[in-house]
Amino acid sequence: MNIVEMRGITKRFGTLVANDKVDIDLGRGEIHALLGENGAGKSTLMKILYGLYQPDEVTITIEGRTQPIRSPAEAIERGVGFVSQHFSLVPTFTVAENILLGYEQQFRLDPAQMHTRVAQLATDNGFNIDPSAIVGKLSVGQQQRVEILKAIFRDCRVLILDEPTAVLTPRDTQSLFEILLKLCAQGLAVIIITHKLEEALQHSQRVTVLRHGKVVGSQETSSTTSAELARLMVGRQTTPVQRPANANASEPVVLEVSGLSVADKRGVHALNAVNFQVRAGEIVGIAGVAGNGQSELVSVLTGMLQPQRGAMRVDGQAVAFGDPRACTRHKIGRIPEDRLRGVIGDLSVADNLMIEQLDQFTIVGHLQPHAILEHAQRLINDFQIKAAPNDPVRTLSGGNIQKVILARTLAQDPAVVIAAQPTRGVDIGATEYVHQKLLEQKQRGAAILLISEDLDEILLLSDRILVMYNGRLVGEFDAAAVDLDRLSLLMTGAEKTG
Amino acid sequence: MEFLLTLLGATLRIATPILYGALGEMIVERAGILNLGIEGTMLLSAFGGFVAAQLSGSIYLGLLIAVAIGVLLSLLMGFLSITLGLNQHVSGLGITLFASGLALFLFRIIYGGESIPPALEESFPQLRIFGGTSLEPVFSQYVFTYAAFLLVPLLAWLLYRTSFGLRLRSVGENPEAADTAGISVFRTRYVALLMGGALMGLGGAFLSLAQLGAFTHGIINGRGWVAIAIVIFGNWRPWRVLAGALLFGGLQALQLRLQAEGVQLPYEIFLMLPYVMTIVAIAITGRNASYPAALLKPYRREG
Repeated sequence: MNIVEMRGITKRFGTLVANDKVDIDLGRGEIHALLGENGAGKSTLMKILYGLYQPDEVTITIEGRTQPIRSPAEAIERGVGFVSQHFSLVPTFTVAENILLGYEQQFRLDPAQMHTRVAQLATDNGFNIDPSAIVGKLSVGQQQRVEILKAIFRDCRVLILDEPTAVLTPRDTQSLFEILLKLCAQGLAVIIITHKLEEALQHSQRVTVLRHGKVVGSQETSSTTSAELARLMVGRQTTPVQRPANANASEPVVLEVSGLSVADKRGVHALNAVNFQVRAGEIVGIAGVAGNGQSELVSVLTGMLQPQRGAMRVDGQAVAFGDPRACTRHKIGRIPEDRLRGVIGDLSVADNLMIEQLDQFTIVGHLQPHAILEHAQRLINDFQIKAAPNDPVRTLSGGNIQKVILARTLAQDPAVVIAAQPTRGVDIGATEYVHQKLLEQKQRGAAILLISEDLDEILLLSDRILVMYNGRLVGEFDAAAVDLDRLSLLMTGAEKTG
Repeated sequence: MEFLLTLLGATLRIATPILYGALGEMIVERAGILNLGIEGTMLLSAFGGFVAAQLSGSIYLGLLIAVAIGVLLSLLMGFLSITLGLNQHVSGLGITLFASGLALFLFRIIYGGESIPPALEESFPQLRIFGGTSLEPVFSQYVFTYAAFLLVPLLAWLLYRTSFGLRLRSVGENPEAADTAGISVFRTRYVALLMGGALMGLGGAFLSLAQLGAFTHGIINGRGWVAIAIVIFGNWRPWRVLAGALLFGGLQALQLRLQAEGVQLPYEIFLMLPYVMTIVAIAITGRNASYPAALLKPYRREG
């Protein structure tokens, strides 16, 4: 018998139909993967089940009871739990306080008793968590487990996980699924929202694929293949990027970074003696779990952060730190981590495209509208940006904003490209496009540093992979011979030597 | 020795209204709301309490009215910042401007252009403990002062040892988490505001009904703003807020004493001292301040 049946779910946001007559069933004790590209309507569908969105048309039946869900409180009461990507935890509270919040039972709090209660709950469900730990100090993986435990404490029978592995290391991912399997054996039903094919294939019993808000397939996972799922998700055969021959070690070194250290006020090192080189025509990937110094590295290399020690050279010339204009002078192309910080949303596409070369488009401070427009039109064509030159950038989709940044950066034929999370949150089509463009730059002879939390992306594009942990580069791999187990160990700091 | 004891007595007295304001503000901010209406609230409470006491002849009725005004103005703050979700800076400053203007306007209507400030015939008396001993100068205080100091452990207990406190803090740190735990963010924030308003009202009442027994335009004289600074200095914790209030009170008492001793410096220097020290203290401690994460953010469910 199905524990959840959703029928004819339709949700519109203005003219956009996010969900279009979606039907989905969830069986007791199963892990159900909800697969789809970004913007396919997966999260919307689950937010409806959790009472965060009110659908336009709907029948939701949970445990045989058909009744609309008007708020998260109602959803919880009906046994639905939701673990979103942004955890709903109070970082300054302990694990026990977070779990018992709202269910304290008595006016006077008894910390010892709260500790015991949560410790008992954790042991019963096979969690290894210290109830007295401050949540803000836990790792992301541990925080996620607190969220799951919280849902179980609230007697959750249907657990929704939104992109649960996006922020996890391979090891944490593994232990997450171990826990989920155990819970499913006790009858919990789990829905995993994901855009990772492999994850759906490996860990789910059923998989439902959404595309443009519609269900395009729903079947037993064992009876499908990754090629079939990919075709359903994207709606066409995916063409994997053509990978050109690996970089030649005899090419000259273009980007050289040595002894880079960044420490905060307390003397904690965000970056600790980082050294590396990138040759012409080479892509070097920096792999690592978020928060291990990648952001600081990007900030330093793009002129936004002044390191305490270290040097940076491009083509043998020293680059001054803390001066973004030095980047333009040395032809360092930047694709920022957060694309919304790389553009000015209220300015037009055309203005954003020329803003780094303002000098070329002004005469004694006077803007040259014709030159700006021509420049924009050329780049919009070359980079297939779906927008008009005068559209404000903020009205564009994530993928198109990323193309604006790519166009602005790559049209300058940079000697070095610093690409930070270049495909974060963009759909598969745009991701492929970005990858293609980076490979074109490599062919042209640019030295490319790729910093990404998406390990697949690193593995796909890099010639060499450096592993970053705790502000240090702890390992180096040739892309042709990567030992994935060792890579995971290095990323999590389980193995210190490199 | 006697000098020190007298100084300590003055410190406690001067710290009292600041402590009421700061504890009230602390509770409100812990729930995620910055109440910049504090200065005006304290002024209108001081005024309203004074008028009620003078007209009725009952200082207790005056006290009740002062607290009621604090609660009512906080209700208005809640309507603007919680129900309507308006910018908290603008709402709070609006209330301060409104309440201050109203107090001065009503003062003109009731008392005309009197140059001598009106005084109460009977105000709250001091309560002497240890009378006749050398501790007398420390413990000759108004009942407000004793109550204010008892409030500190009480509020610490309420915040950290009760489910009410846990919920209040959760609302100020992560309202989404509180909401999904079935805690009403709206109601909790209103309750915090009303409690804070009552304390601000008590702070105002202390000045007009006890310490001065009179009302003047400058009766609050920036104490509300100082209280906000002390909340930051105290890192939103009751005991540290108390330390901040004592520090400010001590410096104020010291500068008054130094002036009286006839130290040959322009008196403006002395007047400046507590405020300068407050700025210095905040500059030092404020860098590590751990603001309630949801402070200034109106809460709305998504969707």
